[in-house]
Amino acid sequence: MAHPITPLSPPLKDELDIVIPTIRNLDFLEMWRPFLQPYHLIIVQDGDPTKVIKVPDGFDYELYNRNDVNRVLGPKASCISFKDSACRCFGFLVSKKKYIFTIDDDCFVAKDPSGKEINALAQHIQNLLTPSTPLFFNTLYDPYRDGADFVRGYPFSLREGVSTAISHGLWLNIPDYDAPTQLVKPRERNTRYVDAVMTIPKGTLFPMCGMNLAFDRELIGPAMYFGLMGDGQPIGRYDDMWAGWCAKVICDHLSLGVKTGLPYIWHSKASNPFVNLKKEYKGIYWQEEIIPFFQSIILSKECTTVQQCYVELSKNVKEKLGSVDPYFQKLGDAMVTWIEAWEELNRPKEASAAAEPKSVKKEEASPKSK
Amino acid sequence: MSQANIMDDEVDIVIGALHSDLTTFMNEWRPVFSQFHLIIVKDPDLSGEIQIPEGFNVDVYTRSDIDRVVGSSTSILFSGYSCRYFGYLMSRKKYVISIDDDCIPAKDNEGSLVDIVAQHITNLITPATPFFFNTLYDPYRKGADFVRGYPFSLREGVTCALSCGLWLNLADYDAPTQALKPELRNSRYVDAVLTVPVRAMLPLSGINIAFDRELVGPALIPALKLAGEGKFRWETMEDIWSGMCVKVISDHMGLGVKSGLPYVWRNERGNAIESLKKEWEGVKLMEEVVPFFQAVRLPRSAVTAEDCVVELAKIVKEQLGQSNPMFVRAAEAMVEWIKVWKAVQSG
Repeated sequence: MAHPITPLSPPLKDELDIVIPTIRNLDFLEMWRPFLQPYHLIIVQDGDPTKVIKVPDGFDYELYNRNDVNRVLGPKASCISFKDSACRCFGFLVSKKKYIFTIDDDCFVAKDPSGKEINALAQHIQNLLTPSTPLFFNTLYDPYRDGADFVRGYPFSLREGVSTAISHGLWLNIPDYDAPTQLVKPRERNTRYVDAVMTIPKGTLFPMCGMNLAFDRELIGPAMYFGLMGDGQPIGRYDDMWAGWCAKVICDHLSLGVKTGLPYIWHSKASNPFVNLKKEYKGIYWQEEIIPFFQSIILSKECTTVQQCYVELSKNVKEKLGSVDPYFQKLGDAMVTWIEAWEELNRPKEASAAAEPKSVKKEEASPKSK
Repeated sequence: MSQANIMDDEVDIVIGALHSDLTTFMNEWRPVFSQFHLIIVKDPDLSGEIQIPEGFNVDVYTRSDIDRVVGSSTSILFSGYSCRYFGYLMSRKKYVISIDDDCIPAKDNEGSLVDIVAQHITNLITPATPFFFNTLYDPYRKGADFVRGYPFSLREGVTCALSCGLWLNLADYDAPTQALKPELRNSRYVDAVLTVPVRAMLPLSGINIAFDRELVGPALIPALKLAGEGKFRWETMEDIWSGMCVKVISDHMGLGVKSGLPYVWRNERGNAIESLKKEWEGVKLMEEVVPFFQAVRLPRSAVTAEDCVVELAKIVKEQLGQSNPMFVRAAEAMVEWIKVWKAVQSG
């Protein structure tokens, strides 16, 4: 079973940030140390900002709590969720790197069937750096993997593929089920290691999970907004899915690819299904409207950047989903606020050299050990 | 899993024989095939008697049977690899499983022999989910389910009409690929079955397939014959064409197509470079064929698979026929096939 080996010089060391939302602690990083220590971390601390989150020694990081989010974004901070892991997208916003890997603090290193520990980040990088093939399904899955190729009948003109914007990884042990499924199958564990990476075809939607995800920030960053969830909001646990549907529609429009499959991480914590049910409840009904909305939306030809696509999407959300619930009006507005914040914090390099953005990095509190 | 409820008498195994000596082949498959009815169709161009070992419930069809049933002018449809379609025509069963005669059973990651019949049948009798991608692949498999975010109204799925299996060892690569990478062998056993989403096209390999004959039998069509079509898989496109038709028709009829398990072990045969020397028109053809199938839409009035094939043939003739007479012939073959299919089904 071929893995991308961990080379002597970690790939994309200075081009990738790891974004971790947390409310508890970061003990899980100890297990990841061999694979993640060379990389810069952006920790988004949710919940009580007075709590001190200890970062294991040896990691280079910046940490933001709610006070920092408010400081950096001012009134625009309203678009960032509170008391929900959706707050992680703040980390995407403030990153200055090309690539992002985001992982939950209850996700550990998994082992492949041979017993070898899986370097999830290396696999994500491989996924992102090789093309996707959304226009025609390759029955042997990712043709760029070692030991595979395009099958007979695959048009040669489509073999160049398109740039990969998103790499969606999976989970062994606790699977990412919704509350009803968790209630019905409390003991089910995912033990099946499917040794494949594949491109999700153009025009097909999928439920994106934010637990083990990587993306090219320059290609799709502005679409990776995780919505309004948690405190004061009528739903939760739809953040990553919302970002996934928006991002997939935009990727399809801009000829970018989305891959799913390897790498696996080991998901250790099963969240409380009763709590989840309360959070998801409205979403389960709203989804029935949301999905046809995303399946039928057509973005106009004039939208050639992610930001333009996203703003157009937000208008459609307000117009077409506004009647489902007033929440979608708020969400549509928040999507616009997000893009405004994105533009402000991610000005093109020439402009930002002149205008120094508001101090993003926290100087005072936790020391950043190298 | 109600696979045990599928009686042996609902399944036909159809083999197109491109070699006359099938002794080794049949013996290798004995543990998997012996309880089923087999239909072996001898390539009309093949000389010599078919040799099969004892102990199988088998019907063999040869050139004279083909001529008798469809007439000698139509029998051209069934030469080479396309001889298997005659088997589909003759079958009276609900499910058909068909593999090339150069494949033997594969072993899974645990070292057990893969029972392709059991897996294909499971694929066909469990629903497909073409409208939304499930990231844990087939949600009906034991130990899996729909993931968070999968709309509940789509969890019933649709009927699966076609199951496309895969190949270990010599994968189904085209001649240029195999010639470039002669050492390339597929050793990766991917433990997944997944539904190919609606409107997503795929290259259907005829090497290892199964289908619901009652639902889509007419849509597996021996229509596209390359001028240089030969006796190696690298030199054919008949299954690729057929697969495009079946996928478009399945999408139109609201049926599903699955891909993935089961695997067969495909043996070495032929020389890719030799095949390359023949004009690889098939490779060039795909450039036109794929955009056509991605865009084609069938009229609502086409309800059965037969109707769909006839409508598709019209559109093929109109749109693709302009650029290449091969497509005109394919369209005519499609119409001919439906005539023959209807005649045989009613007779």
